[in-house]
Amino acid sequence: MAFREIDLNMGPQHPSTHGVLRLKLAVDNEVVLRVEPVLGYLHRGMEKLWESLTYTQVVPLTDRLDYLASLSNNLAYCLAVEKLAGIEVPRRARYIRVILAELQRLASHLAWTGFMANDIGAMSVLLYGFEAREDILDIFEEYCGARLTVHGIRIGGAVHDLDGPLVSRIRAVLEKIPKRLADIRSLLDENRIWKERTVGIGRITAGEAIDYGLTGPPLRACGVAWDMRKEIPYSSYDDFDFDVPLGTNGDVYDRYLVRLEEICQSIRIVGQALDGLPEGEYKAKMPRVLKIAPAEVFHTIEAPKGVLGFTVRSNGTDKPERVKMKSPSFINLQSLEHMCKGNLFSDVIGILGSLDIVLGEIDK
Amino acid sequence: MPADRADHPELRKALDALTGRFGNAVLAGAADKGELAVRLTKDVIVPALSFFKDELGFNAFEDLVVFDNLNSPDEGGARFTVVYRLFQFPGAARARLAVEVGEGESLPSAVPIYRAADWAEREAFDMFGVPFEGHPNLRRIYLPDDFEGHPLRKDFPLAGRTVGL
Repeated sequence: MAFREIDLNMGPQHPSTHGVLRLKLAVDNEVVLRVEPVLGYLHRGMEKLWESLTYTQVVPLTDRLDYLASLSNNLAYCLAVEKLAGIEVPRRARYIRVILAELQRLASHLAWTGFMANDIGAMSVLLYGFEAREDILDIFEEYCGARLTVHGIRIGGAVHDLDGPLVSRIRAVLEKIPKRLADIRSLLDENRIWKERTVGIGRITAGEAIDYGLTGPPLRACGVAWDMRKEIPYSSYDDFDFDVPLGTNGDVYDRYLVRLEEICQSIRIVGQALDGLPEGEYKAKMPRVLKIAPAEVFHTIEAPKGVLGFTVRSNGTDKPERVKMKSPSFINLQSLEHMCKGNLFSDVIGILGSLDIVLGEIDK
Repeated sequence: MPADRADHPELRKALDALTGRFGNAVLAGAADKGELAVRLTKDVIVPALSFFKDELGFNAFEDLVVFDNLNSPDEGGARFTVVYRLFQFPGAARARLAVEVGEGESLPSAVPIYRAADWAEREAFDMFGVPFEGHPNLRRIYLPDDFEGHPLRKDFPLAGRTVGL
């Protein structure tokens, strides 16, 4: 067929853009020439708002960034503020945080697996993924009463202690997940349609990925062993034995394998943290009003979506002078055009899905 | 303690190399806790970023942060401080490059060196109105193109502003 460039609009209301994202596409028949993401439909001015709130009041708002992994956002922000204020978090609280953050990673990756398969047309996987995620959300509910915007990690520690019944419940849920995972893998791993839609699609090389700032599972799918839990361990991650799963081809299929393998590693970490849970306090002694002398810190964690960081600058009052979030979804989405160019139009959905973006933290 | 790792001797060497190369353009520098922090004059920022990437091995661009110094003047006294954060992988070393930018002044774009700087610069332009010369597509990233003002500036009100409909 003759070359014919057509502009196509996708979104902002589109079920597989995982939020309100608009893509301006230029295609030549079925082949993608350009992709331009248009952002801001969910922009709530979080960073401006944070400047008018006290350090503690900011924490629940971080839940609304990556709302599929609210505890990871809490953790990154709290670690930055603690570093700024010189707060020493008790060892037991650090372990509880690791348990919560890894359960959150499980929930996020399981939800991703379901969404991703659903985007490509394998609807039943969505139900398996969500069934497993549901158990984890029930744990959060029992822990602090909330399921999605959990607000379970506070400056200085965690909101509650982990008691015996909850520990046994977590263990019971962890035992169930490998079975669910095996179900999902038996549906997808060698599924001809799944492989057809994912193997060799949306490829990016390791060098390009680093240049585009890609982090998290999409980067590790290129074979780059960059995981902040190993690079700059925080919250006692260096106490635990776990592997960093890597891919080789940097395509959608490898991103899927990396995430599923990360689920297994998270189960390992939670198990070790529960076994070694130290005695002591679950939160540090905190002043009633937290005022921090002028300084600036930057702290990063490995969130389910990639490297999540907070820059916090204080000015001597109880409110931050500036809080800047380094959002993994925002930076990962930048490489979408590069991954889509030359692929088929129908693969844009799969490639976008494979990046695991959440618009809450892209638009802030 | 891994988070507060002892001084990287390589970072000291890197700081010496940087001062040797850029001389007086390096206004201040420190290597501490796995991070190399320097303050530079803004005219050398692009060659300095190239130097960090090509000579010192800081292959990843992590973040770009702008501070409005309206209420709390920084050392340099300029309106904005723009901070570039770089990461070295493998090696886990960080670099913090800070430059001062006055109101209405522009900075050269870092996109030719780090492609990851693209959206970060658009965000800084949108929120603070700091223009980046040579950026391939310098448009607002979050707000509508006809929006007036830059919301993260300290003199932009948090609420109570009327907008035309």
